[in-house]
Amino acid sequence: MEKFERRDFLKTTAAIAGGTVLSAMPLTGAFAAGSDVIKVALIGCGGRGTGATFDALSSGFNIKIVALADAFKDNLESTYKTLKDKWQDKIDVSENHKFVGFDAYKEAIKVADVVILATPPGFRPIHFEEAVRQGKHIFMEKPVAVDIPGIRKVLAAAEIAKKKKLNVVVGLQRRYQTNYREAIKRIHDGAIGDVVAGQVYWNSGGVWVRPRKPGQTEMEYQMRNWYYFNWLCGDHIVEQHVHNIDIANWVKGAYPVRIQGTGSRAHRTGKEYGEIYDNFALELTYADNSVVYSQCAHFEGVTNRVDEQFQATKGRVYLSGGGQAVLYDAKGNEIYRHDPKGNPNPYQQEHKELFEAISKGEYKFNNAEYGAYSTLTGIIGRIACYTGTVIKWDAALQSNIDIMPTNYAWDALPKLLPKEDGFYPVAIPGQNTNLYI
Amino acid sequence: MSSASLAQQKLENYVQEIKGTKLTFDMVAIPAGVFKQGSDVKPDEKPIHEVKIDPFWIGKYEVTWNLFEPFLYKDYELTQSIEGKIAPEVDAVTRPTKPYLDMTFGMGKEGHPALAMTHYNAIQFCKWLYIRTGVFYRLPTEAEWEYACRAGSDQAYSFGNDATQLDQYAWHKGNSEGKTHLVGQKKPNAWGLFDMHGNVSEWTFDQYIADYYQQFAGKVASNPVAVPTTLYPNSVRGGSFDSEAVDLRSAARLASDPFWKQLDPQIPKSNWWFPEAPFVGMRLVRPVNPPSHEEILAYYDKAPIKDY
Repeated sequence: MEKFERRDFLKTTAAIAGGTVLSAMPLTGAFAAGSDVIKVALIGCGGRGTGATFDALSSGFNIKIVALADAFKDNLESTYKTLKDKWQDKIDVSENHKFVGFDAYKEAIKVADVVILATPPGFRPIHFEEAVRQGKHIFMEKPVAVDIPGIRKVLAAAEIAKKKKLNVVVGLQRRYQTNYREAIKRIHDGAIGDVVAGQVYWNSGGVWVRPRKPGQTEMEYQMRNWYYFNWLCGDHIVEQHVHNIDIANWVKGAYPVRIQGTGSRAHRTGKEYGEIYDNFALELTYADNSVVYSQCAHFEGVTNRVDEQFQATKGRVYLSGGGQAVLYDAKGNEIYRHDPKGNPNPYQQEHKELFEAISKGEYKFNNAEYGAYSTLTGIIGRIACYTGTVIKWDAALQSNIDIMPTNYAWDALPKLLPKEDGFYPVAIPGQNTNLYI
Repeated sequence: MSSASLAQQKLENYVQEIKGTKLTFDMVAIPAGVFKQGSDVKPDEKPIHEVKIDPFWIGKYEVTWNLFEPFLYKDYELTQSIEGKIAPEVDAVTRPTKPYLDMTFGMGKEGHPALAMTHYNAIQFCKWLYIRTGVFYRLPTEAEWEYACRAGSDQAYSFGNDATQLDQYAWHKGNSEGKTHLVGQKKPNAWGLFDMHGNVSEWTFDQYIADYYQQFAGKVASNPVAVPTTLYPNSVRGGSFDSEAVDLRSAARLASDPFWKQLDPQIPKSNWWFPEAPFVGMRLVRPVNPPSHEEILAYYDKAPIKDY
């Protein structure tokens, strides 16, 4: 694994943020002047997949949705209906382009120019790999994997995507949000000096549970409740907190060299909550010895917080997804306050920029790499907390602990199964650490 | 419920307890009357017309997170219940989906107004309270809200026309530092209601119709209400921590906007939350003469209108 040099990383980031075309070349079947329809397939018909499809269709380019894929027929049909209600002839999905089941993605990818990958994150590496193999442009949701073999798969496919000049945008939408772009550009330009510390947070109230239904196989139950199983979700530190961790990496222009932390199930202890923790606290240490503290929790009734702040040699910065960005000098005077009025919706902006590049036949986006490394930061954080050990970045990348099932079928068994009392085994720091790294 | 039924007979201020918890909230009695609604300032506030209002009680304060969170989180409600139980009929109330983000937006929670809930969410909270207390709580109509806000004043604010006095009565753009504050920190109006101007804007039940008052020109409207039939816009009143003085006036009207849900990444969008409206909260009303149980349920049980 090649080491990350801060300077190189910044160069790459700057090139992308500045909108420099990595390489302009006529793509096969370029969508010149918007005259040709861009055919899009949605893989993963949940709320976010449907939302991402709306964002794509709202981007103003000549797009048609030509295929839908989901493991569940009911998800697919309800998304189809919602899409059709709103977008009418922009949704051109015939019955034989509705693909259901674990292998549905392969066929859906075939018939599209661009794919939206929005299933639970566990499937992302195999879907991304296949989309790259088939030479498609890609929008994929975060996080991009749930375990380290998955990360390596994404990184390998990302290399191939680069060679094939496939645009890949990852749904870490803060990268496309004006307040973050403006503030972080100023930080990288030296407005507050070198960043020496930071704190990033995602403390919220948690998410839904879908009660077990009679007749469901274990595979179906876990798939319906994907948030609570690591092979599907990666735990909430990966699934949600990746947003804030990614900001830390972006601001630092680097990835941590080691991570330590602590976490537990303090609040969400029932069997319906699978195996995941409800709180994590991490220390991300970077090569320059700066430390970012990260905290995420799913607690009800407590003070919530979702934002980021960093301290630097000549000042500090406060950032949040609500559009805030304030830079202060060392004396606490405001030196920049972002005005969010009229800023584009970042969820739409990421699609707008992707489809703009595609329609012009340009190659501009290789987000898979930072998407993978920020996802990896969350995964290492999870492992550090589950095991109670300090995990080094380079060592972690060698991990072969693969948590994905060996077979994908409704009657196949995931690796993690409930005990006799219906509760799932949960990681206890200091015990069974070999299961996690 | 004894305090509530007593109050019903005498139209006095009362404290509503939520049985089995330590939660209470204050309700202020508002007498029947006729007032001049609207103003000459903006087109949607014209014409000034007379409105006759039946008596009701209204929350002394905006609804706080303390009261709202047990509704939001069933498990949390359980831990806040003295006997560690929730009655099955309370359990059966539809609750909000857990917000994806931090809905306090870092502005504070204990004693701060609950906010960013949708109109539907606000009404379902009232239903939870009804099942919890047996008392019909609902959103104020626009007319009730303005009548309560004015508290007898026909000037721009409940305390007169002088906007320089706003700091004594309201958290607004000029003094809030961009966030909500504990309810009840500023001076109340003549009827003892706090934060009618500022802090958070407050939901009314009414559909926002810009020329709604035209039909009442030269007439006396009796308990008017524009029953909502579409998801947007509904009328929001009172201005917030983020509002300019002109928007804090008693007659000022704000229309809810789909933009308030722009950052919701899911489709269909949440029925419950406005991730981009941290300035919207709510206040409770209880009519002195409640409708029948069936009518009350009909008020609460309108299916949410799908949003995408």
